[in-house]
Amino acid sequence: MPPTYERSEEHPDVITLNMGPSHPATHGVLRIVLRLDGETVVKATPHIGYLHRGMEKIAENRSYLQFLPYTDRMDYLSPLAANVGFALAVEALLGIRVPPRCEVIRVLCCELARIGSHLVWLGTHALDMGAGTVFFHTFRDREWHYDLIEHLTGARLTTSFTRVGGIARDVDAAWLRKLRDFVDAMPRRIREYEALLTKNTIWLKRTRGVGVLRAADALSLGVTGPSLRASGVEHDVRKLRPYSGYERYDFEIPTGSEGDIYDRYLVRLEEMRQSLRILDQALRDVPDGPVSVEDPKVFLPPKRKVLTSMEELIHQFMIVTEGFECPAGEVFHSTEVPKGELGFYVVSTGGKAPYRLRIRSPSFHNLAALPLLCEGGLVADVIAVIGSLDPVLGEVDR
Amino acid sequence: MADGKKAIEALRGRFPGAVVSEGSFRDQHWAVLRLETLVEACRWLRDDPAWAFDVLLDATAAHWPDDPEPIELIYHLHSTARNDRLRIKVRTADGAEVPTLSGVWRSAEWAERETYDMFGIVFRGHPDLRRILMPEDYTDFPLRKEFPLYRG
Repeated sequence: MPPTYERSEEHPDVITLNMGPSHPATHGVLRIVLRLDGETVVKATPHIGYLHRGMEKIAENRSYLQFLPYTDRMDYLSPLAANVGFALAVEALLGIRVPPRCEVIRVLCCELARIGSHLVWLGTHALDMGAGTVFFHTFRDREWHYDLIEHLTGARLTTSFTRVGGIARDVDAAWLRKLRDFVDAMPRRIREYEALLTKNTIWLKRTRGVGVLRAADALSLGVTGPSLRASGVEHDVRKLRPYSGYERYDFEIPTGSEGDIYDRYLVRLEEMRQSLRILDQALRDVPDGPVSVEDPKVFLPPKRKVLTSMEELIHQFMIVTEGFECPAGEVFHSTEVPKGELGFYVVSTGGKAPYRLRIRSPSFHNLAALPLLCEGGLVADVIAVIGSLDPVLGEVDR
Repeated sequence: MADGKKAIEALRGRFPGAVVSEGSFRDQHWAVLRLETLVEACRWLRDDPAWAFDVLLDATAAHWPDDPEPIELIYHLHSTARNDRLRIKVRTADGAEVPTLSGVWRSAEWAERETYDMFGIVFRGHPDLRRILMPEDYTDFPLRKEFPLYRG
């Protein structure tokens, strides 16, 4: 690692400043080497990999089910969304579809995760730019969202809630009532955050016309999610290639026009409202029925049967100790997670583990836009730009 | 949805001999291209308004050590105008240099750096081919199949 502060002989006015990997405003272990001419950023070079755990390699030696907990640890602000994405990818490989009740519960999970992730983004992004109050508002409500997730999955962070062919367990009526309270209360809370920022002069001056990402650049760089939509491109996997029954819900895809930090702020804020719309519709119609496929070769049999029937006991033993077989083939399956398009490219040669598992991480590609957005701007805006791209380094590095 | 099927037919017409083979699974289609035609074909797929594959969602590789051409490069294309997807693949020998696609889609820059980092594949013409996830002084390529999962 080069020294944190360096002046070169040929350009005495240009200094090299090291930012991160342990910096409160980089939202994780992101390191950026900045070349500065006064306060102007001449060059920004991101360095990633500090959280690399080799998940793609690990996957080649794990059964499909054993890999699921790793998906919690990618985007740790919305583990439920990655759980669903991975389960859907393996289900696409198997060619199975889960029952309607399971699909609705998965939609509830995904949209709850989106709101939770956006609450962290908004609180920390505003805090980075000196608007500390917002943080306390959003983290109060994020706590509420975590209580819901704890009730649902038994864990706050490492949810591991989905299974290939279903979910870990059914939801109870008490949880649905609690979620209904949350959905009813949140629109007012979002108005509170808005009141603090949307017409705040300091916020406007820090975000408008700063870190502008044009649509053509965003597409070429592979930027997805709210950061792409803020540049005016209506790209959302939930609409383009609906999964888990998203085609049943009425919701809009907010887009921006300028592609600046302010637009990315408005888009994510509106996305929270749209998520609440989806949650509202989904809660009105949670169908009865099973929450998993009835395929004893893929999904664990009910415990009651395992304890009384030899056949089910054997199925449970096989799935737990060895995993299930997948056919030879390959699928690329995408879901719209809070950060953008999360794709799992699963290559199977048959057998119980993937031959190759590639994770197309939205944060990875979104972060590649950082130099473009920072160069030519002010050093103080680097922090605003990072916050507006909303990277999670667990997902960048995998 | 038959993703990519028509685009592969068009590729065969526009670049005779370029498509070595094609395959499909669960209605997702892919074409294996000859290495020499990769960049030209991709630029055409991006620029021709009939196809308009304006996004390279991801670029990666897979290692098949028992195959005469053990390196497989995989590109996932998306068209925002037509909501279509296409998978392009290339097979090559171990240690062969392959052309970069970073001149066609900028998202290839980081994706190819990761492919280099994990498989040791060298991309000719890449503007900044450095390791991206592993440390700079690291010497192995972890996603190659001979890389051990355990050091016992």
